[in-house]
Amino acid sequence: MLVPLSWLNEYVDIKDITPAELEEKLFSCGFEVEEVIEVGKDVSGVVVGLVKECEPIPDTHLHVCKVDVGGPELLQICCGADNVEAGKKFPVALDGASVYATAKDHKTVEGVMKIKAGKLRGYDSQGMLCSGIEIGVADGMYPGASYNGLLLLADDAEVGADIKPIVGIDDYLFDVSITANRPDCQCITGIAREVAAVLNREYKAPALDFTPDASVKEGFTVEVKAPDICPRYIGHYVHDVVIKESPLWMQRRLALVGQMPISNMVDITNYVSLEMGQPMHAFDCDYIEGNKIVVRRAEDKEKIVTLDEQEYELTTNNLVICDGVKPVAIAGVMGGLNSEIRDTTKEVLFESAKFARDNIRKTSRALGKRTDASAKYEKGVDEYSTFNAMKRALHLVEELECGKVSSTHVDVNTGNSIEPKEMKVSIAKVNRVLGIEVPTDDIIRILKNLSFDPKVNGDELTLMIPAYREDMESYPDVAEEVIRMYGYDHIVDTFLPDAQVTMGGLNAKQKKELKLKKDLCAKGAYECIHYSFISPSDFNLLNFAEDAEERKAIKILNPINEDLSVMRTTLAPSMLHAVSRNQKKGNLEGKLYEVASRFIPKSLPLTEYPEEKQTLCVAIFGDKYDFYSLKGIANAVADSFFTEFKYEPAEKTFLHPYQTAAIKEGDNVIGYLGKVAYEVAEKLDLRTAAYILEIDLDYLYALDTKASFKPLSKFASVNRDLALLMNKDVSCGSVEDTIKGACKYVTNVKLFDIYEGENIPSDKKSLAFSITFTPGEEDFEADSVDKYVKKILGNLKYKLDVDIRS
Amino acid sequence: MNEKLTSIKQEILDGIENQATSRATAFELRKQFLDSKTGKIGQLMKEMKNIPNEEKAEFGKQVNELKNWATEVFEDLDAKMKAKELKERYEKEKIDVTIDAECEPKGNLHPITQMRNQLIDVFAGMGFTIYEGTEIENDYYNFTALNTPQDHPARDMQDTFYLSPEFLLRTQTSSGQIHVMENTKPPIKILSPGKVFRSDDDATHSPMFTQMEGLVVDKKITLCDLKGMLDVFVKKIYGEETTTRLRPSYFPFTEPSVEVDVSCFECGGKGCKLCKGTGWIEILGAGIVNKKVLENCGIDSDEYSGLAFGIGIERTAMLKYGINNIKLLFESDLNVLKQIDDN
Repeated sequence: MLVPLSWLNEYVDIKDITPAELEEKLFSCGFEVEEVIEVGKDVSGVVVGLVKECEPIPDTHLHVCKVDVGGPELLQICCGADNVEAGKKFPVALDGASVYATAKDHKTVEGVMKIKAGKLRGYDSQGMLCSGIEIGVADGMYPGASYNGLLLLADDAEVGADIKPIVGIDDYLFDVSITANRPDCQCITGIAREVAAVLNREYKAPALDFTPDASVKEGFTVEVKAPDICPRYIGHYVHDVVIKESPLWMQRRLALVGQMPISNMVDITNYVSLEMGQPMHAFDCDYIEGNKIVVRRAEDKEKIVTLDEQEYELTTNNLVICDGVKPVAIAGVMGGLNSEIRDTTKEVLFESAKFARDNIRKTSRALGKRTDASAKYEKGVDEYSTFNAMKRALHLVEELECGKVSSTHVDVNTGNSIEPKEMKVSIAKVNRVLGIEVPTDDIIRILKNLSFDPKVNGDELTLMIPAYREDMESYPDVAEEVIRMYGYDHIVDTFLPDAQVTMGGLNAKQKKELKLKKDLCAKGAYECIHYSFISPSDFNLLNFAEDAEERKAIKILNPINEDLSVMRTTLAPSMLHAVSRNQKKGNLEGKLYEVASRFIPKSLPLTEYPEEKQTLCVAIFGDKYDFYSLKGIANAVADSFFTEFKYEPAEKTFLHPYQTAAIKEGDNVIGYLGKVAYEVAEKLDLRTAAYILEIDLDYLYALDTKASFKPLSKFASVNRDLALLMNKDVSCGSVEDTIKGACKYVTNVKLFDIYEGENIPSDKKSLAFSITFTPGEEDFEADSVDKYVKKILGNLKYKLDVDIRS
Repeated sequence: MNEKLTSIKQEILDGIENQATSRATAFELRKQFLDSKTGKIGQLMKEMKNIPNEEKAEFGKQVNELKNWATEVFEDLDAKMKAKELKERYEKEKIDVTIDAECEPKGNLHPITQMRNQLIDVFAGMGFTIYEGTEIENDYYNFTALNTPQDHPARDMQDTFYLSPEFLLRTQTSSGQIHVMENTKPPIKILSPGKVFRSDDDATHSPMFTQMEGLVVDKKITLCDLKGMLDVFVKKIYGEETTTRLRPSYFPFTEPSVEVDVSCFECGGKGCKLCKGTGWIEILGAGIVNKKVLENCGIDSDEYSGLAFGIGIERTAMLKYGINNIKLLFESDLNVLKQIDDN
């Protein structure tokens, strides 16, 4: 929110405080100044000049002038403006002055320029006569500010005087950020109250008095049909209205904060809104039909054209202000074009109302229309301000002499009090929140400065909370008020002196997760983190069937865009995109992994929490890798959980038909691994082969396997190598399983050779294994191992038709 | 001395001089003289029978002396040859040590995980356990129970992704507070790290980021405890000389609420580009748990009080490692991931 310091000064005396000090004070009590804008910062060396002589330069549009700038001699200045004239006063940029440079249109500011004495068309020119735009005077700051020519100054401007105070550019604007709990500070007086409190100074409230005449608007009524979202509606009738410009001081304040001055009646509503934080509206009574105001929910498809000439179609969620016939405003958002104030307006109905903040927010969102009023209502407007803002507006009507205040005042409300509310708190409890003892005198001073009217009786503090402080509910709120004014630097460091000892650290599952991650890092893999949402097109990328489980994903109702709109049911797409991005950056080889949740809905749309299944995804890419490289990593995962995986040929729509396996732990399929299919790789512009796996971690976390010590055998192990001959379709895994299954002393089976070709039948292959037999409690007898080998060969023959290769 | 003996001795000396170029040839040479069966010195003993009896003793003695001498000489020779060969072997193996070596790469944890682990280490030491909630939350836990009812303007502070009217992507890990407090009796000390989501996507915002919520509920917890605890934390993470500053702020679920700033670890508080000249860097939001939140969870707010804080892990990591763009953390670029190794 923009706060001009000159305006703030009207309610609390800050003339002797530097902007830096004030910024620091506001910061310390919870109001961050996001930007300090020095108005007229770029303008210097400009004074009031009186043109004494003004002669045209032949064959040009220029004039050569003699200008009195209060010095001993007149300055000669050449000027091209059409309104230069002897006897008039204009801003003069002296030699060395700084002003704004404008484009050819003389309107668009293009930067800052230095004025130097020089020659123009052979004439000496010792400065420049300036337009309003050139010295940064916005519309409303000074009459004629935007005129495309010189800024004509008032006759009483003192020759030679600095121009800045005269045109109102000697000010500071604070852009103050207001936290959501302090809607009462969304206005100049709100900030003034805080500044007064933190500086220990008096707050000077704006005048609210006015004298209504005896006139009334016969038969005028206000009916609120939706009191749940309009708890207070105040209307006041003003007659004998004279529409004209507002006085300069008001225009200037509006202009400083970026509000275009329009006319006295409209300016009053905007001024009060900025000053008091209560949005106001003014209707032209000539266009109010039926002599009444009705506040109701809009009808479905009801239409209204707003002040900015936009048409909106409403729903029953929107609140409208209507006359006897039609909607005349979208409540809390914008007035209707049909009843706007015109130059011909003679009678005005002022509106000051409170609307429910979420209703205004939803309307504003739904219509895509955010206004100053809707922004205030969304954060919350209090009825104290609703009540006083109307008084202030009527006071200004009298002060500006722009109309007569009638006696027709209608206040429809739901009975909410605007009187201060009593609150009793314990001083000890306040201090207990803080952990320090704030001296009671300081507590009293602080709360007095905040207008809480504190009374102390022993430990009991009785406060009268002003109605605009709707955030004050109990002692922690009081503690916060005290400490932000007393100063957070009084808080000392303690370390839970009274707390009980608790045992900290990771739980078993968290330890397993961290161990897994570290084990994968040790294998050369880098951890990735990807968004939990993906694009629905990723399901097509992976060639999932129309009815695939993966497509049953949770959708975000309001995604940022389509690419970030579905919750992941598989981690593979994000990972494949990561591989692709790396390859585009020239990383043609690497290992990546991610541990994250897959989101599996129990029903769609969601009616209960979905399953969030923690999953591991690993991808390796690069020409030096093959299927078995990734399988080695899968085995490392098994090792990390002190178990073993088995692998069976499987199919996945996005993987190589013959290089894909299901990963099994015991009898449970817990994941897959495989080579990324060529057609998928092509779509991702992959330049090298890539392999990917996913493993269900929740399953592995639940295993109760752990590292255990097996006593070392006292006796030496025995190795036997077997070259076996079998049909080509017999899998290595099945041979290994059969070998292990045949003899309990087999502790390791290692494939060391695969052979197909000469010397064996063309439909056969030869696999050679090195088998380790480890004795148990007793050593092997001389022929034990031979017996085991015989049994193994027997089983292999019987189960898989495997022969020993002779 | 017997002539033969003299000539053998000379033969040995000549042999060493002319033939013994390596340990192997030296050994061969030694065999010629000292082999127990065929060696020339051994053979001398066979001539004993031709020696007159009165000279036998003297001859035997001389042969023995020769044998001892030769043994010693060949031992020296072997040592010399061994040294020579070792030297040659070393010289042959001379390499250019400046040639670059390829290091077998090990991977890294993600910078966010690294930061997260460091934070967990600090707080685990203070007695915190870790609670990981779900990414999908319902409205009650994310907002209502945290004192942010439907019409509360604070809902606007966080643009929420909705999955249904009831379910949403959690906007803050504070939702974990409620689950823990509903199910645990004080004393409570938990950290709740996790992914959170807000509908914000620009140069400094990512729609997904990571928060770590901390919660302590016990008797007599005060704002001083909050400051003391966070002071310990920032010193551990950013260095012993770091100091903290509290300033007022607002969160619906804490009252009072504060922003916690740390003295700029780049300039030490003098003011620099990192701290935008202020000397302070905002790192987290915190406060005393709002008594309504305790009451929503069935905890007696007269008996117990709590403190809570929420740390943005990306921001903490970016500050610590000097990463300048939050998007880099989610792009899985190996060129980025390889650089951060702070486990």
